Amino acid sequence: MAATQEEIVEGLAEIVNEIAGIPVEDVQLDKSFTDDLDVDSLSMVEVVVAAEERFDVKIPDEDVKNLKTVGDATDYILKHQA
Amino acid sequence: MSKIKPSKGAPYARILGVGGYRPTRVVPNEVILETIDSSDEWIRSRSGIETRHWAGPEETVAAMSVEAAGKAIADAGISAEQVGAVVVSTVSHFSQTPAVATEIADKLGTDKAAAFDISAGCAGFGYGLTLAKGMVVEGSAEYVLVIGVERLSDLTDLEDRATAFLFGDGAGAVVVGPSKEPAIGPTVWGSEGDKSETIKQTIPWDRFHFGDRSGLPVDSQGNIKFPAITQEGQAVFRWAVFEMAKVAQQALDAAGISADDLDVFIPHQANVRIIDSMVKTLKLPEHVTVARDIRTTGNTSAASIPLAMERLLATGEAKSGDTALVIGFGAGLVYAATVVTLP
Repeated sequence: MAATQEEIVEGLAEIVNEIAGIPVEDVQLDKSFTDDLDVDSLSMVEVVVAAEERFDVKIPDEDVKNLKTVGDATDYILKHQA
Repeated sequence: MSKIKPSKGAPYARILGVGGYRPTRVVPNEVILETIDSSDEWIRSRSGIETRHWAGPEETVAAMSVEAAGKAIADAGISAEQVGAVVVSTVSHFSQTPAVATEIADKLGTDKAAAFDISAGCAGFGYGLTLAKGMVVEGSAEYVLVIGVERLSDLTDLEDRATAFLFGDGAGAVVVGPSKEPAIGPTVWGSEGDKSETIKQTIPWDRFHFGDRSGLPVDSQGNIKFPAITQEGQAVFRWAVFEMAKVAQQALDAAGISADDLDVFIPHQANVRIIDSMVKTLKLPEHVTVARDIRTTGNTSAASIPLAMERLLATGEAKSGDTALVIGFGAGLVYAATVVTLP
């Protein structure tokens, strides 16, 4: 069953916490991965791959650069999840 | 029909000795920061690199190879005349022909050993090792020298903040010879030419020298930039960590070795972040020693695995007889992984 927006943000928060050690409550829709959450370009790849597995979605390399905020990633997953 | 007598090789092959050469000039990040807008902290956090070695004019591809190979021959306890073949993997020997392997074979004092170069980027050591194992078991050479050597500083764009800090120079060599027991596992290798754009030379030599030079990249002085190695960082990182972890696991499975049986992990020293993520993805147990030679050597492409192997053995972090998983991956894209017993 497709995940809801709330479930996706919750999942991304757990992933970002695991990879970058950021508290889950800091991961909000308006937060920028690089500027607010200390997720650099390489960690972002790890976040993306973890999100692909968790939400059964494909996020190609050329789309990763457009995912600036948690909201961008959430919208992308909502739109593309299987 | 006449009957052809078959060749007779050894039952198995093993790495008998290893040697390395690191150029005398040590280059800290401060020197890199003279030509790019970055910071020591940024370079360390993105790559793990603190220093690298850059070769001087006398430290040619051939000279560094002869030093490393001489040490490997001594470590193996054989003489140069016993070497039957010399396989050199490099992308930074700038004389197209003849192969640099022939000069190295001569300078080492081999007895007319077969000698040739291969081009397999950062997977070159694994490709060479696989060829060497085949030669020893098939019987066309009793002892084979496999050399990975690079002067990547010659192919580095010092004004490119994504790669200026990354590359280093050096040579690593092993001697492969006969063994009574299996000591080099099956190789899992391959190529993905559809991803050739992810790591490549900026411009081909013919275009640099002869072709239409309009539109070629220029440096801050207005000169056309010398060809350099460029890569798509995120795409390479994803492929290296997640696809190569699968290849590494296949090599373990092919050798019948579990992660618990493993003593040492020597991945190509591309970037410490790739190494750390691979270790996590492969779920390697704590007892496995992981090579992180990149910190003081940089990315030396085909030379990185034998250089890291030599250092682990020299420092005592790994010991002779240990079981090691080695995996190389890079421009092509190409990859090669196998499990070996350390010399």
